[in-house]
Formats: sequence, structure tokens, C-alpha cells
Amino acid sequence: MFGNFDIDFLIFGVMPYAVLAVALVGTIARYERDPFTWKTSSSQLLRRKQLMWGSVLFHGGIIVLFFGHLIGLFTPVWLLDTLGIAYGAKQWLAVILGGIAGASAFVGASMLLHRRLFDTRIRVNSSFADIAILVALWLQIVVGMGTIVLTLGHMDGAEMIRFMTWSQSVMGLQLNAWTEVVGVHWLYKLHIFLGMVIVAAFPFTRLVHMLSVPLRYVTLRPGYQIVRSRRRRPLEDRRRAHDARQAKAGPVAPAPAPAE
Amino acid sequence: MRVRAQIGKVLNLDKCIGCHTCSVTCKNVWTSRDGVEYAWFNNVETKPGTGYPTDWENQTRWNGGWARSKSGKLHPKQGSKWRILANIFANPDMPEIDDYYEPFDFDYDHLKSAPDMTAFPTARPRSRITGERMEKIEKGPNWEEILGGEFSKRSQDHNFENIQKQIYGEYENTFMMYLPRLCEHCLNPTCSASCPSGAIYKREEDGIVLIDQEKCRGWRMCISGCPYKKVYYNWDSGKSEKCTFCYPRIESGQPTVCSETCVGRIRYLGVILYDADKIEAAASAERETDLYGAQLDVFLDPNDPEVIAAARRDGVPEDWIESARVSPIWKMAMEWKVAFPLHPEYRTLPMVWYIPPLSPIQNAAQAGQIAMSDQMPDVRSLRIPVQYLANMLTAGDEGPIVHALERMSAMRLYMRALTVDGVRDEAIAARVGMSGRMIEDMYKIMAIADYEDRFAIPTAHREQNEQGADIRGGCGFTDGNGCSSGDTGKTSMFGGKKKSFALPLESF
Repeated sequence: MFGNFDIDFLIFGVMPYAVLAVALVGTIARYERDPFTWKTSSSQLLRRKQLMWGSVLFHGGIIVLFFGHLIGLFTPVWLLDTLGIAYGAKQWLAVILGGIAGASAFVGASMLLHRRLFDTRIRVNSSFADIAILVALWLQIVVGMGTIVLTLGHMDGAEMIRFMTWSQSVMGLQLNAWTEVVGVHWLYKLHIFLGMVIVAAFPFTRLVHMLSVPLRYVTLRPGYQIVRSRRRRPLEDRRRAHDARQAKAGPVAPAPAPAE
Repeated sequence: MRVRAQIGKVLNLDKCIGCHTCSVTCKNVWTSRDGVEYAWFNNVETKPGTGYPTDWENQTRWNGGWARSKSGKLHPKQGSKWRILANIFANPDMPEIDDYYEPFDFDYDHLKSAPDMTAFPTARPRSRITGERMEKIEKGPNWEEILGGEFSKRSQDHNFENIQKQIYGEYENTFMMYLPRLCEHCLNPTCSASCPSGAIYKREEDGIVLIDQEKCRGWRMCISGCPYKKVYYNWDSGKSEKCTFCYPRIESGQPTVCSETCVGRIRYLGVILYDADKIEAAASAERETDLYGAQLDVFLDPNDPEVIAAARRDGVPEDWIESARVSPIWKMAMEWKVAFPLHPEYRTLPMVWYIPPLSPIQNAAQAGQIAMSDQMPDVRSLRIPVQYLANMLTAGDEGPIVHALERMSAMRLYMRALTVDGVRDEAIAARVGMSGRMIEDMYKIMAIADYEDRFAIPTAHREQNEQGADIRGGCGFTDGNGCSSGDTGKTSMFGGKKKSFALPLESF
């Protein structure tokens, strides 16, 4: 049974599903059970220094990288063909955009990591998860930048198509998907592996705050103020009920005599 | 007209002795926890001074409160919604903990565990953030207590605007007063407007502004939004916290802890009815000096039959309407006009109001006599400059402050005549536009200040608000994580602290 067992099968064939299951179930469990722990864990109050530039550079870069990977990997290959986008051109776009965003994220993450490890205030008040996830992200950015160097050696986009096919096949529940990436350079493999580790860690770290991006604040929320009522009936209902009662009771009940 | 009720508050600064009992009892009840050692939901500042956090009144620095655009629309001074969202990775307007103070504790244990030494053992300070030794304490929650520090620093106080402050550095001209501060539970709170998560809300039934701890994500925009700097970031739990107006007590008809324990009896609580439809227009008044008057217009007369009918229609409970009619807040703010909002120019329409203090007559000794105007001491020659009080309470408009101080000194004059000479001198009352009867009522409430006169708090109507079946078996009031065991800290699966479960050792 284990005659042709392959570690690649485990990592690129099985792990994605295990990782997605952990991330999904864990995230739902945390949101449902421990909403109080769902937060950004900002440390700006304790130390402003290095956070202002570090956080902005890091977040700006990492958001571009996140959506770049999402769109880049999951755009169907036939769509590229239909639109007539050359693989090489897409590769160039990815390298340039990813390179700039990666550089920004690298500088930001380095500043944040330095601050987290060497500023006593921040270090003492960091959990294991806080430090581990930042180290993992920093490593991932470094490895990712490394793959760019590799990619520059073959800008035809063939390698990129393999990763697209792999990720789309995994999502399509095709169990042979792993064979797509068996032959790629180990640096790419490390990048994918680390990526999956980060996804698996998602529900157990502060990363969950990315699901709470407050877009509703600028889109759906009317005006600025929020008033909550614990009354069971909304104002209009109360008014209608009151008017109905008054109509039944006849003339308006007299107001109490004014206070002296 | 959309009638709502709020439990409002007035602090009579004329009687505050700066004993800090309010701050300490509040701290013991609410903020003696990790992450909020530095936070004082109630604190008492000596004025003039830069306060806590340092320089909080300087809104060109912190951008708290609201700004009015040329078109007359309001937006938070730190930016409109998109601007706030753009600053979410790093908030440029947020104070650092050093702007409050680094919380510390002392090595008390050293006093009893020190070995035999030539020098007497001391308890040295240690940071509550890092646990490390602090060689020097640079700042505390009340660093300027009774004019502590140099005048050059204290005179950074923003209320010195338009005042020749140099002369108040001289010994014979110095003055001081106490300013106890807590969350203002504003009608137009900037904290809630700035919260991207929508976690901060005002309660319709009693006007208390609260932070939903489960919805707060720690984006920390409320901290910079609040111009009074009364929202605090708990650096341990990663959530914002603020004064809750002791809502569990208020709901059961009891005064807040700070009010209950005030030994000077300076704190008053009572119902104010207000028209929610008028809030926006009032907060957007064009001139800053109009804001105080605009807020008065938002309040509704609880003796007006039309208001009573509208209040009933909108579901304000009958006993709340009753309470509004005996509210000491209504009397002081509206009938006697002796109470004022703190910094109305922030456009938040605050609901904790202040009665300005009388003070000794300036230069009286020098001049050999007391400056009198119309047989009454001239309040403009009081030791605390009227302009200073006006900058604090009426956006710089001296008129209402002078009016209030005159009424307060008339009360003293009238009561002296009554108790010493046994004469009801209606002329004194008439001079400040009051009647003797009104002054006696004012004396009873402001000077005698019996418990029943200070607090007129109707209980909450849970029967209207909650389904009993839903809260049965609930976990009641908790700090933070609801029924879940995961506390706020560091080691459980989702980043919570492991709480050890201990059976009670004693049985009764």
C-alpha cells in the first residue's frame, strides 16, 4: 500500500484539505465560542515607534500580495486564453507587482518583528502565537522574494501555469492534483508549504482580524451614530400601538398637574 | 419630536474638595485589572493644568471631537469614514501610554524580606507593563495635584486661551480648582461615530454609551475620536473600555459608584428628556458659542403637556416622566442655568455638566475692600478668571458663566440674610432674576444636597426590554468573555489565558 508513497503526495495532495478543514472549523468555532478574543491585538498604545511605518508598509504590501495570489492562482487558464493574455505577460505582471509589494511587506514585517522581539514592552506582552505568526510571515515573504529570483530565469509562465492548475485542481477535488507540482524547485515547494502552515494557524492567531475588515462602516452604515434599543418593539410600532390605545380610550388622557 | 430619556449628571465644582474618593472607588470597582491599570474611568484634575492624559484639551494635537465643514456638515475631526479607514493600520492621532503614564507598582515585599542592612529598606517602583525596575517615575494619574510642578508646564492648559496667563504664575495671583472627569455619555458621541466595527452605541432607554466587548476588534479609532480621552485601550485584552455609568447600578435605581461615594455631595443624577430629532442640528450650530444654547434647546420640558403626551407615545415609561419632573439636573441646567457642559465646542453635546466654582475675591486685601457691584461681590473680580471658566464650559462665552456665578453668590447673600437676620430679602433674589422661593429650593438642593435630592433615578423596565425566558440561566454580568472560560490573556487555544478552576474552600 505504501509502495509508491511520496512525501509530495502528503504535502500537496492531502495537506491542503486538512489545512482548509482546520482553518474553517477553527474559525467558526472561535467566532462562535470566543468572540471576545476576536481582535487585532494592536500594540500601538504601548509603543508607537516603528509601528507607524512598519504597520503601514507591511499591511499595504501583504494585502496586494494576498489578492495577487488569490487572483493569480485561481483565474482559470481558459479565461487567460480567451482574453488572449500571454502567459509570459501575466508572469511579468506577477513578478513586478509582487516584487514591489513583497519589498514593502518585507521592510514592514522586518520593522514589526524587530520591534516585537527587541522592545521589552512589546516582547513581554506578546503571546507565543503573536511571535510565531510574525516570524512565519516574515520567513514566507523572504522565501517568496527568493522565488522571484528563480522565476526570472524562466519567464515563459509555464511554472506559473502548473501552480494555477494545482490550486484549481485541489479546489476541484481532483486527487491527482499533487502530481502537477512534484517537479518544481524546492523553494517553490517551501513557499507553498509555509503558506499552508499559515492558513492552518489562522484561527489560533490574531490573523482572524482580517475577516473583520470594517467595510460595512463605509458602505452600509447610514450616518455616524448607533443607538441600540433593548425595547422589544421599535419606535414606529410603539407609536402605532399607543395611538390605537388612545383611539379606543377616547379623549387624550390628561397630563399630570405641573410640579410646583 | 422624538422623545428619549437619559440619566444626566451634574457636578457642583463649587463644592469639590479634590479628595479623589470618586476616582478610587471607581478604580476599585472597574479598572483594577491587567491592561487597564493606567485607565481611570473617573479622575480628578487640578486646574489649571494639562490634565490626564497630558494636554488632552489640545484638539489641534489629538484631533478629537467633531469638525464642521463649510457646508455645515459634521464629521469627526480625525477624518470622515474613509479617512478613518485609511488610518486603520496605524492611528496617527492616538496617544501612547506614556501620554497617560506608565503604570507601576512598588516592591512592597522588599520591606519585610530585606536582609539586615545598614540602610533602611525601601519599596522601589516596578513597571506594570514590563515588570522591570523603574528608576524614576516620570508621571502619574494626578501629576499636577494641588498645583504640583512648574507653572510654565501647567500653563500649557488650553483654557488659558485669551487670558494673559503670565500674571497667574505670580504667587499672589495663583488660583486653582478641581475638575473631576468621567465619560460624558454624549448625545452626539465621536467615539461611537469613529468606531469602524459599530461596537460603541448609545442606549435608547437611558442614554448610557457602552462598548460591546464582543464586537470591539481593537481598531482603536474611538480613543482618538473621544475629545475627552475617556475611552481607554486595554493593552492586555486588546479591546477598548470606558466608563459604563455603572449601568448595573443605574438600572436598579442606584447612583453610580463615584456619585454614591462622593463625600462632598457634589454629584447629581436625574432624568433629562430630549428630542432626538434636534441633535444633529444642535451639534452643527455655526458658531461655537451657540452650542451651549443649542443643547439647551434639545432638552424637553417635562412639565409641558405636549412633551408628556409625546413621551408617552414614544414609550418613555410613566415613572421616568415623573422622575424627569423632579430631576435635579433639569433644575440646575434649565431652571436655574447654573450648570454647563464641559467643552461644548467639541460638538459632542456632553451629558455630564458642571457648576462653575466661586472663588475668593481677587486683590481684596490689596484694595482694602471687596469689589462690589450693585451691593453684590463682583464675580468678575473673583480669583478664578471668568474667562478661564468660560473657555472650559461655554466655548469662551462669559455671559452665562457670570450669570450663574451671580446667582450662586446671591444664594449665599440671601441665605445669610435669612439665617442671620431672619429676613427674606426678595430684592437680592430679584436682582438675579429669581424668587426667594427658587433660591431656597436651590439652597436645599445645591448646599444641603440630601441624598434624595441629589439622586432621582427611576429603575430600568426589564419587563419591556427583555424576554425573561432568554436570560434565564445566562451568565449575568461578566467582564469580557461572556460565558466562555477563555479569559483575556495569553495561553489558551484562541489566545485566552487559562483560568484555573478552584472549588470554594469555605462552606457556609
